[in-house]
Parts: sequence; structure tokens; C-alpha cells
Amino acid sequence: MADTPEVTDTTFDADVMKSDLPVLVDFWAPWCGPCRMVAPIVEELGEEYAGRVNFYKMNTDENPAVPSKYGIRSIPSLLIFKGGELTGTIVGFRPKSDLKKRLEEAIL
Amino acid sequence: MDEATPNTYDIAIIGGGGAGLTAAIYAARARRRTVVFERLITGGQIATTELVENYPGFPQGINGFDFAQNLVQQAERFGAEMRYEDVARIERLSNGTFRVETNEGGYRAHAVVATAGADYNKLGVAGEDEFVGRGVSYCATCDAAFFQNQEVIVVGGGDAAFDEALFTTRYASKVHLVHRRADFRASALLQERVFAKAKIDIVRNTVVARILGTEAVEAAELRNVETGATQTLATAAVFIFIGQTPNSHLLKDLIALDDGGHAQVDLRMHTTVPGLFVAGDLRTQAARQLVSACGGGATAALAAEAYLAEAGIGEG
Repeated sequence: MADTPEVTDTTFDADVMKSDLPVLVDFWAPWCGPCRMVAPIVEELGEEYAGRVNFYKMNTDENPAVPSKYGIRSIPSLLIFKGGELTGTIVGFRPKSDLKKRLEEAIL
Repeated sequence: MDEATPNTYDIAIIGGGGAGLTAAIYAARARRRTVVFERLITGGQIATTELVENYPGFPQGINGFDFAQNLVQQAERFGAEMRYEDVARIERLSNGTFRVETNEGGYRAHAVVATAGADYNKLGVAGEDEFVGRGVSYCATCDAAFFQNQEVIVVGGGDAAFDEALFTTRYASKVHLVHRRADFRASALLQERVFAKAKIDIVRNTVVARILGTEAVEAAELRNVETGATQTLATAAVFIFIGQTPNSHLLKDLIALDDGGHAQVDLRMHTTVPGLFVAGDLRTQAARQLVSACGGGATAALAAEAYLAEAGIGEG
């Protein structure tokens, strides 16, 4: 399974805000157990939605600016952007079926 | 959902925490066709515990998430199957087998070991649901780092609250440990550590009445339960560890529950329904420790194996 690519404070604008496709960003940190459970599900979704939605992960330990801008105080947090606008936020670990439903709503 | 050819297992385990995964190791090693249904995170409550210090055999302690991953690997190595599905219903059919219905399908099992554990309790106060992920948290291990050099509140008086209060001191400038009583249930060792921390301010006989803020948590209104006096305390986060409620809704039509909603079992973890076993925090009078949950899971799996052998199901 392909690793979800990293996005950083530096590349966020180009990769997420200026993306033609909707984007899901998985905010995580190495010390967060539930984040490690979310990662493989995000990878699976990345394959299922290839060509329709771009998927990135952002390490909140290494990238303080973007998490702070979006007021992230809990991880895992999945933020969904469409046309540079935040259209969905999923906080905490959720089952894959829930994530798909929320993703579908956010990219409509 | 294919009812004509349902997936049939010898032993279906409901819940992939310490009890369920240990039951799976034992059931799979008995060469029983074994499935574990887990709705969220394997490991259950232990998955979000930073350091498990009281599990025998790990003198330096072990990270709860890593421990759970080890259990999954061990269960899978012996042939147990993990299914990340939410069980909606367990039914005992007239032929003595069980029908397990999940959000994704229907399964049959000759024996069921229910280890669905317990969920954390909420405070049930204004602002709590509104600020989840924006300062309200049930996992300090996950979220404490976002409150670097800020003041936070930890609510509760048991081991979980004390553990998490200690953990949050790594980041927070001050931790207010708020508890509704004067005494604490936390273990003596944890109490010693907490009382020795200058960063932790103990607030007894006090409850959180409201959580306040605009975009995120900014303050909490505290009420002294003896005097009724209220005060507003500026805080960036409220971490809540006020006990748990057993996930026994699946069992309530099948067996008797105690006053707390836990399943009644005998010493072999057998309920009054033949073939239905319960272990871990879901059973009555559980010690609510990882080691006892795992031990109960082993007991339940061995009893389930004996039950199947006696019923002449499979060759074991």
C-alpha cells in the first residue's frame, strides 16, 4: 500500500490551498496511538479515491504553523479542503465507513 | 448481507481490547476458527495509555498502543481473524448457535466471548460536546502536547485521571486536578507522584459546571459541592477521566446485568446462556486492570473451548 505523502508548512499552500482536486489532510504525530490506527485507513481511502481526492499527512510536531492556523488541539484530525476552503473536519479516530461518509459530504 | 451462506466461526469474540485479544490467542491456539470484531481501535482503553507500568514482565513499562499491536500480531499468528466491524446484535438461535450481526454483515458462531469493555463517561455539562477537539479531550496522551505552557484542567480522581494529570505536566504550565470528592481512588503510588508535583494544583470537592469559550475552550466554571461557591478558572483544555460505563447493550436481552450494567458470570466467565462468555471490564466485579482483563479473556476462551468440545463441535 502506498504511503500517504507528507505535506509541510512550506508546501501546504501549493499542495492543498491551490489544488484542483479536493484534499484530505491527516494531522498526526508519532506519539499518538490513535493516529497510527488512522494512517492505514487514510492510505486505503487514498487508493480508493485516487484521481478524485488528494491525500496528505502532516506531522504536527514538525509543522506548527498550519495546525495552529486551523486551531487543531486534538489528533488525529482530518481536515478536508475543496477549492482552498475548509469543508470538513473529523476529530478523533472513526471507523472507515464513517470517514467515507464524511469525506463524501465534504467533497460534494 | 448473505444470509444463505453466512460466515461461520467456532468462537466469535466481541471487542479487541486486552480481554478479547487474549481470548483470541487462546482460542486460535486451540485451533478453533476464531474471529475478533472491533469497532474502533484494537487495544481498547489501553491503546491510549502512554505507559503501562503494572503489567507483569515489563519492568520498564510498555506503551499501551504497542502492547495492543503485539497482542493483535500474536492472535493473528495463530490464525485469529480481525474484523473491524461494529456489532449491532447478538442472538441465540434455537439450534444453539449464535447470530452476530454487524454494520457490514451477518455471521454465525458456536460460542461467543463478549469483551466489549466500557466507554469513558462524559461530564454532561454545557460546552462539553461543543468543544470536543477544541480543548475538551478524553485522551491526554493524544492531545496534551497542544497545550504547551498553558494551564489545563484534568477532571477525575482515579488512576486514569492521575496518570493523565502527570502526563500533561510535561507540557502544561499548570494542571488543575478537579475532583468531586475529598478522597481519591487512584493507587497510592500515583497519589504520591501527583502530590509531589508542584505543577499540579489539587481542587477537591469540586465539579466542572460549565465549559466556556468562543472558538475554543477559554475557561471552566467550577462549583464547590460543599459550599456551592462557584469560580471561573481560565483554562485552555479540559481533560475528562471520570469513570466508564460498560458496553452491555448487546447483552441486555440475553442475560442478567448487575446494577452497574455489568454481565453476571461464573468463575469460568460463563453466563447463564450456554455458549455465551463474558470477560474484561464488561463482566461484574472486574478489577478493571489490563492483567486481569487478559487473564479473564484466557479463562473465557478455555471455557468456550471446553464447551465446544463437550457439545461435540469440531475436533478442537
